[in-house]
Amino acid sequence: MLHGYGPLLLEGLAITIGVSLAAFIVAFLLGLLGASAKLYGGRVLRGVAEVYTVVIRGVPELVLILLIYYGTPSLIQSMVRALGPESLARFRVDFDPFTAGVATLGLIYGAFATEVFRGAIQSIPKGQIEAGYAYGMKGLTLTRMVIFPQMLRFAVSGLGNVWLVLIKATALISAIQLDELMRSAEVASANTREPFTFYLAAAFLYLAITIVSLFVIKRTEVFAFRGNEAKG
Amino acid sequence: MDFESIIEALPDLVDGMWVTLTLTSTTVVLGLFLAIPLAMARASGPAWLNAPIFAYTFFFRGTPLLVQLYLIYYGSGQFRGALESIGLWWFFRDPWNCALLTFTLSTTAYVTEIIRGAILAVPTGQREAAKAYGMSPWMRMRMVILPQSFSYAIPTYTNEVVFQLQATALVSLITIQDITGAATVRANRTFDHYELYLTAAVFYLVLVYLLLFGLKQVERRLTRHMIVTS
Amino acid sequence: MTILTETVDYPDRVDAHPVVLSVEDIHKSFGSLEVLKGISLEAHKGDVISILGSSGSGKSTFLRCLNLLEIPGTGVVNLNGETVFSSSNSTYSTNRDRSRTAKLRSRMPMVFQGFNLWSHMTILENVVAAPTRVLGRPRTEAEGMAMSVLARVGIAEKRDAYPAQLSGGQQQRVAIARALAMEPSVILFDEPTSALDPELVGEVLQVMRTLADDHVTMLVVTHEMKFARDVSTRVMFLHQGRVEEEGTPEEVFENPQSERCREFLSTSNH
Repeated sequence: MLHGYGPLLLEGLAITIGVSLAAFIVAFLLGLLGASAKLYGGRVLRGVAEVYTVVIRGVPELVLILLIYYGTPSLIQSMVRALGPESLARFRVDFDPFTAGVATLGLIYGAFATEVFRGAIQSIPKGQIEAGYAYGMKGLTLTRMVIFPQMLRFAVSGLGNVWLVLIKATALISAIQLDELMRSAEVASANTREPFTFYLAAAFLYLAITIVSLFVIKRTEVFAFRGNEAKG
Repeated sequence: MDFESIIEALPDLVDGMWVTLTLTSTTVVLGLFLAIPLAMARASGPAWLNAPIFAYTFFFRGTPLLVQLYLIYYGSGQFRGALESIGLWWFFRDPWNCALLTFTLSTTAYVTEIIRGAILAVPTGQREAAKAYGMSPWMRMRMVILPQSFSYAIPTYTNEVVFQLQATALVSLITIQDITGAATVRANRTFDHYELYLTAAVFYLVLVYLLLFGLKQVERRLTRHMIVTS
Repeated sequence: MTILTETVDYPDRVDAHPVVLSVEDIHKSFGSLEVLKGISLEAHKGDVISILGSSGSGKSTFLRCLNLLEIPGTGVVNLNGETVFSSSNSTYSTNRDRSRTAKLRSRMPMVFQGFNLWSHMTILENVVAAPTRVLGRPRTEAEGMAMSVLARVGIAEKRDAYPAQLSGGQQQRVAIARALAMEPSVILFDEPTSALDPELVGEVLQVMRTLADDHVTMLVVTHEMKFARDVSTRVMFLHQGRVEEEGTPEEVFENPQSERCREFLSTSNH
């Protein structure tokens, strides 16, 4: 039924998962930085974080992907050519699509993760932190012992959402020729002239990732709130 | 930065903006009207109606919009003969129709679940009071449950509308010249990718935050009864 | 509200008034748990019947069975001689004839513990909604009625406020006005003061006293012993789904026959 293109789709699936995981890690770290900047930063850091989230959330993912993949090399080239000596006149940069994809998706979902972490930190009951103070904790100790673990607990479901949206957004990287699942489906469609078959197959593979993810997120939520079930 | 190139591209981008806005508003309005009955069926309908609606919303919320778009636009080509014989090929041949169909199916799925969640969030006491005062099931839905569910749904719904506005950028990949499409076409000719995509981004930024501002006013109106002043 | 010359000082005279509500042998189970084991009751015009009992005695379920928020397992509910519910007649028990049921139950509106005013409507809209939509009254007539009942509970000036902007006591008074606007045969009160801060209880009970003086028929599930004693024409004490003790307030409070009732009264503050 898949005319021998099954393995290609599975390779694409593997790359999709790889890009998603790598981008999610980038987003997670950017989110921590962003939330820290927003909550604890000085005026400048707060401003930078604010502009970051406002801009990213206001521009379509596809435009950001195109901007970074096609735009950044041409920006760097023209800057280097303008400033550099004559020998650099033919300077060229090219991003490989995997790096560009990971960077772009990480950057985009870092903005969403920032809001998730910010909300999570603000959901920590005041008493938890005060109890930390009362026992002489402060700064890093307080963060490591109380704030971070409690914050993660409140961030799980928000991060789960970020992950679910991120997986679906990886399909957009096919626009920059990375051989992920969507691109595999395109190739197979073009060669077999059966686009419906292959896009439907791709759709069900994405759906499979979503279902597995939902299951894992649910388990993680249960784990995060272990011991917090209301006692009768 | 090549400002001249940006200024030259502005008329194309403005044309593209109308395409983006038309597509967004049509989709959003159609989606809302379709989603309300579906959400009512999901929240309080019989199981035989609930299950297929859930399957539909799950598929469209669990797969990338781009796959859905290609499935309908390119995928329909696989059935060209059959579609021609039942006189529907003209519809699927046109990328605009395919985009409208895909986006409407997608946004309807999301909004259905948003409204369903909001319907279920209406406190039991509100329904009981309506029951105790003799309102019929339909009247309870129309007079009490739906109006209240809108005030619960509006923040999430706002996100969905903004998402839908941004999602229309995908049509540039099936040859429609919306904002992104117009920028791509010019960039491929002039190689000013950075300038043109940046300008496109600014267009979206402005549209998104205008939309957010407008929807905030709607939210304020819908939730004014929740504000405790005394 | 001063035009009435009759008072309820003479309980024996109340029996001369027509029967408004008669309830026969109501049973209700949730799963295998039988919460109501056959409760009957007859209310005459102007009766104020207080229903007492500890939690789990079935008193709230009984009230909810009367206007069919819970569908009784077996039993009969008659209002003004018309059958609202009858388990022996499928027309009533299956709730098929919905609009008829709806009209009838709207003659027996409920005042809830948690007020349950429709939060998206103003006070006036709350009082006008059911009369216009369910009873089909013209808007202007319903508004006139609404303003007069709002004045009766002393809250007319809040007509354009939303429920969230009112105190609990004010909200419960509006809820009473909403019930009055239906021109009810009986008003059901389900622990109307239990959700209120102590300082707000008085204003609600005061409104209920004036209704009693005006011969509004009321069934009141309550923990307010003083109210039950002073205002009721009759008192019912439920225990484990049965009527354990019933009589005039004097009989029940001064000389309870059942051991359970004595225990209950001695542990309640009154």
